[in-house]
Amino acid sequence: MRVSVEITRRPEIADPEGTNIMRALTDLGHRNVDSVRVDRIIHLDVSGDDPGQVKVSVEEMCRQLLANPVLEDFRVEVGE
Amino acid sequence: MRTAVVVFPGTNCEHDVVHALRSLGGEAELVWHRETDLGDFDGVIIPGGFAHGDYLRTGAIARFSPVMSEVERMAAKGAPVLGICNGFQVLCEAGMLPGALIANRDLAFICRFVEVEVTDVSTILTRSAEIGQRIRIPLNSYEGNWVDPGSGARMVLRYVDNPNGSQGSAAAISNAAGNVVGVMPHPERASDELLGSADGLVLLESFLHSLVPA
Repeated sequence: MRVSVEITRRPEIADPEGTNIMRALTDLGHRNVDSVRVDRIIHLDVSGDDPGQVKVSVEEMCRQLLANPVLEDFRVEVGE
Repeated sequence: MRTAVVVFPGTNCEHDVVHALRSLGGEAELVWHRETDLGDFDGVIIPGGFAHGDYLRTGAIARFSPVMSEVERMAAKGAPVLGICNGFQVLCEAGMLPGALIANRDLAFICRFVEVEVTDVSTILTRSAEIGQRIRIPLNSYEGNWVDPGSGARMVLRYVDNPNGSQGSAAAISNAAGNVVGVMPHPERASDELLGSADGLVLLESFLHSLVPA
C-alpha cells in the first residue's frame, strides 16, 4: 500500500527556510505572499491488506522516528 | 577515569576530542556506535560531525544506535554526558535534553569563532569556570538554532552576539541535574593557542573534573 506522511512544523516554531523563501519572493516583486512554510512529505510502500492497520503502524513510525514531537505534527494518508 | 568518545558513521571530531582530553591528562577512548556495554567508562562525549549522514533530521537516526541505551543508562545514574555540536543534536533527538535544533536563522553554515558567556557553573561543562566568564571558541554548524517550546532547559552558555537565532541566545544547555549538557560551538577546537584559542580548555577541564568512578 502506498502511504504518504505529511510532516509539518508546528506554527509556533520558526521556519527559517520558509522565511527566507518569502523574502526572495518579495524581492522578485511578489508582494502578495503573506507567509511561506516548507514541509516534508515521505512516501512509503507498506505491505498489508487492512488500511486501518497500515495507518496505525505508520503512525507509530511517525512517533518513533519520522517526526520530531518537539517541533512537528504529522498526517498519514493511506492510498491504494 | 575513562571517557568514551562515541563514533557514529559520519562523526568527524572524535580525534580532536580525544586529543584535547589527553592533553589535559584525561583518559579517552573511541567507542563505535554499535557498542552495547560502556561499563568500563565513567563519562561519555558525543562529538560533532554528521552522524548517519544527518538524514531525516540531525541526530534522528543516531539516537537509535545501540550505544545510545548505554549513554542513557549512564546519564540516569548521574555520569557526565556531553554532546558537542552534532552530539548536542543527538541528545535532543534522544529526549535526553529539552528542545531541538533547527536551521540557522539566516540559513548560512556558520564557521567562525564566537564569544560565549558562562551563565551557570554547576554543570559538567562549566564547574571550573566563573559566572560571566567570556570564552572564545569556534562555531561550526548549520542546524545550530536551538528551540524549546517548553522552555524547560538550564542555560549554561549564551552567545554574546547570537549568530544563529538560538532561543535565549543559548549556546549550551543542560538537563535539570546538570550532568547532561549539549554545547553547539566546539571547545576541543579551542584547546591550544596554536588553534587560535585555548579558551575551550576550561570547559573540557570541567568535564574531566566531573568524572567520578563508575
